[in-house]
Amino acid sequence: MKIREKDWRNDIFDVFKQLNITLVSHIPDAGHTPLIDLCEKDNEIDVVTLTTEEEGIGLSCGAWAGGRRSALLMQSSGVGNCINALALPNICKIPFLSIVSMRGEWGEFIPWQVPMGKGTPKVLEAMNVNVFRADKKEEVGLTVDAAAKFAFNTRSSSAVLLSQRMIGAKQFKNG
Amino acid sequence: MIDRRPFVQKLLSNRKENLRVVSGLGTSTWDLMSAGDNKGNFGFIGAMGQAVPFALGLSIAQPKLKVVVFTGDGDMLMSIGTMATIANHPMSNLTVLVMDNESYVETGSQPTATAGKTNLELIAKGSGIENSYTIDSERDDYKILKTIYEEKGPSLVVIKCKPIATPLVFPHSFDGVTAINRFMETF
Repeated sequence: MKIREKDWRNDIFDVFKQLNITLVSHIPDAGHTPLIDLCEKDNEIDVVTLTTEEEGIGLSCGAWAGGRRSALLMQSSGVGNCINALALPNICKIPFLSIVSMRGEWGEFIPWQVPMGKGTPKVLEAMNVNVFRADKKEEVGLTVDAAAKFAFNTRSSSAVLLSQRMIGAKQFKNG
Repeated sequence: MIDRRPFVQKLLSNRKENLRVVSGLGTSTWDLMSAGDNKGNFGFIGAMGQAVPFALGLSIAQPKLKVVVFTGDGDMLMSIGTMATIANHPMSNLTVLVMDNESYVETGSQPTATAGKTNLELIAKGSGIENSYTIDSERDDYKILKTIYEEKGPSLVVIKCKPIATPLVFPHSFDGVTAINRFMETF
């Protein structure tokens, strides 16, 4: 997807560049797509497509141990896959950053997205992750910046939840 | 079938300076620790399924070092998709060693899928890790050393082991922060 004007995905990308985040792993979400494209075009950023979100936690922690900062991009459904794996950054105090695009919120069409959408902030908090939330486009960059600095400066886990209302709910047409 | 404890010790007996070793929870970590304390080791004691992706992340961050991960068949089966991730983000410095005893020995030796119809080497090959093979003789240790230090990875070796419990050998610290900080001093 070509980005014609600077939007909140560019703001996230700018934070990645400023904070030297050079490894980005993901199970894609449509909301993240322009950000993934920006990262793939960047020579300093390695992009790893995962098979399940929890892989991104081990990957991210191993990379940090070896001296590289990373971020895991996923949709809220993927957060549930990560619960036990979050023990790793928790017990080792490894900085961990995730950007989560929310489903099951404003304008959701698919009922199957709702349970994990509702559970997302609760399970993250249950696993000692600092939960940040961006509801407006203009606050995305600041929020990701704050969450990332919080994670890397205090050696803790941060997740930024990007609201579905802001991203724009996916619309499906039958047939 | 290989006697895993002395085999791991033999593989690591003359380890080179450029080697870093990660191990998956349970017996793989006790095996690694039995080979002697080394700051270049990081052993999981929990977070099942995370050792192999951790090793991939480490190999990406430290491409000039050799990264080996010892994992069990149970741990590998839990992160089976990571084989595909490794194949499609190929790191030439990464070797996965699966200590396949076909059972969950620590919990009472219940059979794993590899005791049945499942073949980890074929899954690795099908995932796209071309340099994948199985050994079941202690005499083949030289092949693994060649794979780790000389061959272009990523590689995956299935090491068929006897399904017997081995004594627990604990790491330097059970505290994760102490363990990871100590490991990171080696970079």
